[in-house]
Amino acid sequence: MTKDSSEYLIERYNNVYEVVIGLEVHAQVTSNSKLFSSSSTTFGAEPNTQVSLVDAAFPGMLPVINEYCVKQAIKTGIGLKAQINKRSVFDRKNYFYADLPQGYQISQFKFPIVGEGTVILDMENGPKEVGIERLHLEQDAGKSIHDMDPQNTLVDLNRSGVALMEIVSKPDMRTPDEVSAYVKKLRSIMRYLGTCDGNMQEGSLRADVNISVRIKGSDVLGTRCEIKNVNSIKFMQMAIDYEANRQVDLIEEGKTIDQETRLFDTKKNETRSMRSKEDAHDYRYFPDPDLLPLEVTDEFIEKLKLDIPELPDEKKKRFIDKFKVSPYEATILVSDIDTAKYFEEVVAKMGKNLDIKLAVNWITGELFAVLNNKNLEISESPISAKNLAKLINLIKNGTISGKIAKTIFELMMDGDKDPQIIVEEKGLKQESDPKALEALIDKIINDNREKAIEYKQGKEKLFGFFVGQAMKASSGKANPQLINEILKKKL
Amino acid sequence: MSDITSLTLTDLVKSIKDKKISSEETTKAFIDRGEKSRDLNSYITEDFSNAIDKAKAFDQKPNFDLKLSGIPMAVKDLFCTNGVKTTAGSKILNNFIPPYESTVTQNIWNEGAILLGKLNCDEFAMGSSNETSFFGNVQSPIDKGLVPGGSSGGSASALAANLTPITIGTDTGGSIRQPASFTGTVGLKPTYGSCSRYGIVAFASSLDQAGPMSKNVKDCALLQEIISTYDEKDSTSINFKRNAYSKELTNNIKGKKIGIPKEYTVDGMPKEIEDLWTKGIEYAKDCGAEIVEISLPHTNYALPAYYIVAPAEASSNLARYDGVKYGFRSKGENLIDMYEKTRSEGFGEEVQRRIMIGTYVLSSGYYDAYYIKAQKVRKLIKNDFDEAYKKVDAILTPSTPSAAFKIGEKTNDPVSMYLNDIFTVPVNLAGLPAISIPAGVDAKGYPLGLQIIGKAFDEQGILNIAYAMEEKIEFKNKITDWWIK
Repeated sequence: MTKDSSEYLIERYNNVYEVVIGLEVHAQVTSNSKLFSSSSTTFGAEPNTQVSLVDAAFPGMLPVINEYCVKQAIKTGIGLKAQINKRSVFDRKNYFYADLPQGYQISQFKFPIVGEGTVILDMENGPKEVGIERLHLEQDAGKSIHDMDPQNTLVDLNRSGVALMEIVSKPDMRTPDEVSAYVKKLRSIMRYLGTCDGNMQEGSLRADVNISVRIKGSDVLGTRCEIKNVNSIKFMQMAIDYEANRQVDLIEEGKTIDQETRLFDTKKNETRSMRSKEDAHDYRYFPDPDLLPLEVTDEFIEKLKLDIPELPDEKKKRFIDKFKVSPYEATILVSDIDTAKYFEEVVAKMGKNLDIKLAVNWITGELFAVLNNKNLEISESPISAKNLAKLINLIKNGTISGKIAKTIFELMMDGDKDPQIIVEEKGLKQESDPKALEALIDKIINDNREKAIEYKQGKEKLFGFFVGQAMKASSGKANPQLINEILKKKL
Repeated sequence: MSDITSLTLTDLVKSIKDKKISSEETTKAFIDRGEKSRDLNSYITEDFSNAIDKAKAFDQKPNFDLKLSGIPMAVKDLFCTNGVKTTAGSKILNNFIPPYESTVTQNIWNEGAILLGKLNCDEFAMGSSNETSFFGNVQSPIDKGLVPGGSSGGSASALAANLTPITIGTDTGGSIRQPASFTGTVGLKPTYGSCSRYGIVAFASSLDQAGPMSKNVKDCALLQEIISTYDEKDSTSINFKRNAYSKELTNNIKGKKIGIPKEYTVDGMPKEIEDLWTKGIEYAKDCGAEIVEISLPHTNYALPAYYIVAPAEASSNLARYDGVKYGFRSKGENLIDMYEKTRSEGFGEEVQRRIMIGTYVLSSGYYDAYYIKAQKVRKLIKNDFDEAYKKVDAILTPSTPSAAFKIGEKTNDPVSMYLNDIFTVPVNLAGLPAISIPAGVDAKGYPLGLQIIGKAFDEQGILNIAYAMEEKIEFKNKITDWWIK
């Protein structure tokens, strides 16, 4: 098996297979109330406390579309550079389950609200386009809880009726890395738009993964299997790896692949058949007679376009053009809207001393390391952009050295302390007075006469020794540049 | 005031406003008659003691500015009533007490009316004779052993027997007009979107409409004026300008063009129905209307299309009755077993039949052949009416192809039962308003009705025609109180 980031191929004897992947991402719409009722959507509430009569499908209760959710779906469509359909239709998808109170899910089948679009992935070896087939609005189901009561299944309807966007990609992905990049990019776009918080732990973003394999170079699609409801990028990648190899093995053994729905067992790291095509539900889709077709005007869409913020691709381009950062750095800075905001705030606060390189390095280096260690989002950063900008400015204007800055950075984490105050309190100001430094160096040379002579005789390595002694004598506060200059002169 | 219960709604309202009678007296009179009439089986749930309390409360602090001040009335058990059991005539909702009120009934209580109880109906409004109710069939007060029609059979029976001065039913394929016709009463099915469906147990969402049933056209206009409101809680409710139907009611229909569709002459239709229709045409002419022959060419396809669309929607609408959240639940080995037992035991035969038909026509492979085709037929039927209304203001037909039949006569022949709706279903498919008024009797003396179909939103137009014709027809219902011992 070859496994580098640009190619993911499976080799068996003389055959080389490529993997074809498409994703159906279910993204929970950021909205205070549900798709067809006014119940709250807050995550983690007591079971069955956010359920209206509509959500619990009481007799005679009727759905009324939440306009805000429609706007959110259209904004997402705009973010995916997709066709917005001015007329869409809600259908009923009929099936029985304990956590589906109506006995049907209201979804959009034939006429989705958003049509074809594109997402650009920033891969190491260049950009890659993934086509979007469609985006439609639908209701989420409740939750069945099987492990709380030995006799019964318990049902929590808090999630019942929450708005989801199902975003269906074209089968354009070929590697687990592309899948990862695709999910991250979708998440990023939706977070920029404020249409989905992308929180995979809370189930706000989950995906069904469609996989098939074929001999590399073939343009015929193989029989696909759908892996249902995978809720982390890591699991998606593991599932793809397992499933692609399973399919290749079947082909190599001369067997055929059954089109089926499979589940990924995260403990055993394998996929298992859930139901075959023959057992597939007949959902008996038909237009929901309780709802009129959803019609939006051009003006409605145009008004929403005014609300669209600068999205990651545009921001990346601007960062490269304006700040001269590398495409790689730009990708990192824009990947999350909060990182981009943080960076731009640092830049703004640095003012006339602006040093982009330094700002990028501090954010992607020291700050990211701390966030990673503490498992924090940048929005929860213990050091504000304002204070990080101050710190960088202190380096820039020679008040402190880069080394001292690192010490101060550590101290700043305790309550987002102002670095200027730390410098003053701890007396960490850099010693840049040439006279004081000359005196200090004279003393060192005096104390180490033999080494000074050796240096003069050509043992140049000893220069570092003298720098070290000077820094030590100044408790690290000496301006390293001045030390260098003075040492060179005196030795 | 010797017989309060035989008064029309309009007269009752006036008597209470004029303080000739109290709300309590009125309520007690209807309750008393209701208690003597239990053999009719009109009620599923009597709410009599609450009704008396409410009537007393009204009398203590009367508000005579309302349209139904202190008027007691019973309603079809398909309307959810806050705190009062609502069964839809089904075992599966046998124990269901809604914590909410339907918009239509709320509108009625807002005008000062008082709930007497919930009236029997076919299970989930599926039936034309009130024989599919879990709570037993309803007797027509017209004659012993006679069906009152359906599905609003309890409503028609109670109204004709003077157990309630007025009532409301629901009409999906004729469920107001057919029982009105069978019991010598007036029934209006409003334009789809006129009355809110919020809080009405759904049968077929794209066809269901609530409507008034009354002893005369004026009462009907008054109740329609009250129940028809735009409601944001129903996405199919339409915000159109509603008339003050009772105030604007007039018998002046001179020059109105009334269409007679030739396709409504069906094979095997009894001569007395044809005669009734001919008589109706004469009455209309007497009122100054102009008679125009019209064609509704796709009429023949209406009934089959209806029996695809309605069961399809019903099969999905009734999926929520699964024993999980409310209503009847049967014990099962597992979830699927519980579903199967609950629904097999909880639903009656006719409901199960329609769920099966509906599930079948929506199934993959059959969807295009049945459901899609039926929707196309529906469009053609609507187009027929649109064409006709370029020439006429309203259409006159018989309400039903026969008078009321005997209990048990058609229970083993569902198709013959379905044929009862032949003149009423095209109206639901097209979403139009139509009213049935009593116009004569058959050889046995059983009432027969005429149907006046209007343009969408023209309830006023058909109420006026019905009002004018009612005057000429001078129909008197002969009720002998045979069931009261």
